[in-house]
Amino acid sequence: MATVERVLGKSIKRREDPRFITGRGTYVDDVRLPGTTVAAFVRSPHAHARIKKIDTAAALKHPGVVAIFTGKDMAGVNSLPCGWLLPGLKVPPHMPLAADAARCVGDPVAIVIAETQSAAQDAADKVKVTWEVLRAVSATDQATAKGAPQIHEVAPSNEAFTWQIGDAAAVDAAFRGAARVVKKKIVNQRLVANPMEPRACLARYDQATGDLTLWVTSQNPHVHRLLMAAFVLGIPEHKVRVIAPDVGGGFGSKIFLYNEETICSWATKQIKRPVRWTSTRREAFQTDAHGRDHVTEAEMGFDAHGKIVGLRVKTIANMGAYLSTFAPAVPTYLYATLLNGVYTIPAIHAHVTGVFTNTTPVDAYRGAGRPEAAYLLERMVDAGAAALKLDPADIRKKNFIPKFDNGFQTQVALNYDSGNYAAAFDKLLAMVDYRKFRHEQEAARKQGRLLGIGFSTYIEACSIAPSKVVGSLGAQAGLYESGKVRVHPTGGVTVYTGSHSHGQGHETTFSQLVADELGVPMESVEIVHGDTGAIPFGMGTYGSRSGAVGGTAILMSLQKIKEKGKKIAAHLLEASPSDIEYTNGQFQVKGFPGKSVPFGQVALTAYVPHNYPEGLEPGLEETSFYDPSNFCFPFGAHACVVEIDRDTGQVKVLRYLAVDDVGNVMNPMIVDGMVHGGIAQGVGQALCEGAVYDDGQLVTGSMMDYALPKADMLPMYETDRTVTPTPVNPLGVKGAGETGTIAATPAVMNAVVDALAPLGVDHIETMPLTASRVWSVMKSAKR
Amino acid sequence: MKLPVKMTINGQTYSHEVEPRLLLVHYIRETVGLTGTHVGCDTSQCGACTILMDGKAVKACTFFAVQCNGAKITTIEGLAKNGELHPIQQGFWEKHGLQCGFCTPGMILAACQMLERYPKPTEEQIRHQLEGNLCRCTGYHNIVKAIQWAAEQMAGKK
Repeated sequence: MATVERVLGKSIKRREDPRFITGRGTYVDDVRLPGTTVAAFVRSPHAHARIKKIDTAAALKHPGVVAIFTGKDMAGVNSLPCGWLLPGLKVPPHMPLAADAARCVGDPVAIVIAETQSAAQDAADKVKVTWEVLRAVSATDQATAKGAPQIHEVAPSNEAFTWQIGDAAAVDAAFRGAARVVKKKIVNQRLVANPMEPRACLARYDQATGDLTLWVTSQNPHVHRLLMAAFVLGIPEHKVRVIAPDVGGGFGSKIFLYNEETICSWATKQIKRPVRWTSTRREAFQTDAHGRDHVTEAEMGFDAHGKIVGLRVKTIANMGAYLSTFAPAVPTYLYATLLNGVYTIPAIHAHVTGVFTNTTPVDAYRGAGRPEAAYLLERMVDAGAAALKLDPADIRKKNFIPKFDNGFQTQVALNYDSGNYAAAFDKLLAMVDYRKFRHEQEAARKQGRLLGIGFSTYIEACSIAPSKVVGSLGAQAGLYESGKVRVHPTGGVTVYTGSHSHGQGHETTFSQLVADELGVPMESVEIVHGDTGAIPFGMGTYGSRSGAVGGTAILMSLQKIKEKGKKIAAHLLEASPSDIEYTNGQFQVKGFPGKSVPFGQVALTAYVPHNYPEGLEPGLEETSFYDPSNFCFPFGAHACVVEIDRDTGQVKVLRYLAVDDVGNVMNPMIVDGMVHGGIAQGVGQALCEGAVYDDGQLVTGSMMDYALPKADMLPMYETDRTVTPTPVNPLGVKGAGETGTIAATPAVMNAVVDALAPLGVDHIETMPLTASRVWSVMKSAKR
Repeated sequence: MKLPVKMTINGQTYSHEVEPRLLLVHYIRETVGLTGTHVGCDTSQCGACTILMDGKAVKACTFFAVQCNGAKITTIEGLAKNGELHPIQQGFWEKHGLQCGFCTPGMILAACQMLERYPKPTEEQIRHQLEGNLCRCTGYHNIVKAIQWAAEQMAGKK
């Protein structure tokens, strides 16, 4: 009997690609239903304004208009919920259509539904809103200033929460004994996720059955269903089906429940016709949850040898105008708990203030809190190296947590799973040929060239999970994952996963897992995701959790399938189930390779149970919910080499190198691809991206003004791996979706600062490092 | 007021009466029903709607449908011939040049014209020529490799 070739861990080409490369993917805006109407929203042009009157008379007369609704029409509909509550958190109402006041540019105040897109837009222009414009505040560090306009009744000082973690007294004591305490202001600017597919929805209410179907660009269709049905619209969950078909990227921004899909889901029932809405990019800039936006004062203490003795962090985090679905978790439990990084830091204290401003709500964007933590640490470690005249590589090596296999308790609540941080860094140094680079740099500097290298050694908390833990931290949800395996009578396998793929390639990696476990060809495995009508209740994809949590749930079901199969096979082979083993797609009696039945025959027997074990249920289908015991903690070391044009300040990335440790790897090609994309986003934050507000107006409101990284500003990435499997899950996988974004930003910033070191520059407060900003830094430099 | 428009898309002739303000990309997606051409922005930056018009790669959001009378258009749906993938499509598959797939049709069609201009492009040329197409997933690394792969295949066929 031929051995079935193992596929898990191999770079198998993606099964989903044929439909995408031939233009046959089905994104939400590609779904068409007869009788569908099109929605356009009337939005606030003001950052902060009271609504005096909305006059829809002229708009209603516009040809093709079906209906217009304002907030007053939506009586009985509740506020959009916040799904992560901190102690003392001020939760202001966030109505789907603002009825009293608009609190940021883009706040929707009316929905216009028409026969065509153009009719809807034309009519929306005819809706007359009488505004009383109020003063606005948009800057993070100005929100709680005296005299700042109050945004919500429940938050008189615009403070959403204050929160702290760590041991303040221990840090004070450590700093008293420190040889040097380095203090820096660090601004982590606001970013816009910008998945290439804008958000979209299509809602259909079926009058005959009372069922609502919502197609929506979602990373987590069940979360969407639960929040929208139970919390906002008050309709039974079992009468709602949410479908997230092919989704064109998310990066966090498609986790959250938004106004638009909620309003369309409500409106379809009112007008008894399907309603669809597709965001324009301008609307996306104004309404997709933004990311980052921290202003921080950080202090790191060192002893005379460069060992870190303590870290004190004070952060103001901008929540925007409302609390988006998981917003409060991002600058607290996903940020400050990561401030131990990969270093031994004996004392840490972090204080975080969340503030409301007249800006688009801020929530998780790729990395979500962890990039902010890594950026802070890596900047502070480099600043410490500069202050103590140490090499940035040496100071890192001095401070790494030594290798461990099963648990390291940090100063900020988390217990890391496994790590070998020095190994990844050493590999990186060899790849970059560090000593040689420093010689080249010295020679270049003598010629007046500005060449720099930057390091970034990071950790992230992935596969965001343990329900009990996140519940105790304020999550209003569990964070397990589901996986159902259905074996068909003819031996084919359909897997229903609660994870959702919006570019991650689950149809390929999960098929690899199933094919390997069952010894069947990948072609006989189908992966179904993104449809609450088909899959068991699942939590979806974010926080690099699909492989670790979703994959394990599938694995558990596969194991149950095999156990049941053994009972059926034992009956057919007249043996004891304990004597049956499963290899290469055959159930066989241990030690008797000839005495076996193939998987397909067992499957058929399960559905045609004529000759069948007494008391065993027919059928071969198993469902599992996996709730891990801990997060997983991928880590790695990245380096960036840059050269700066002395005349213009233009930064050119010459090399980008990455050594990541994401535990075991299910498909190296796919993991590398995610690392590449993450790096580009991280480089983007460092060099070109940034949402800019001017008195509440979003100045960077289109792709003309907000610079996304392009092909010609990036090099080929040099990537490698170390492999430290996690003991947390049986697959040993840690999660790979966010590593690049976390590591890249500080690597680039550190490289730029290193390049400018001869001019006396040891820190730059603000990103992005556009040519003009770098030029200004050079002009005002000491030397 | 509606105006007549007639054009050939993927070898098939279409005639419709359309609003003069209807963009070509919306004509292709909504009127003709070919949804492989995507809309990723409203300022002609992203390139997701790139098509071939009379052999040239153009962003379909930069034309009104009525300007395209008599045009010969190829969209992503028309690129594979007789069920055989175009080498650029194959290259994107081989080299993992896509993740979410949304920018992919535009990328592939932009690459079609690129390889006509530069049959043996350098990495720098590829990156420069992709200036009008944005991808948020791949960091461009594997897109560059996909186009290099396709260039080699196409050179071998000549």
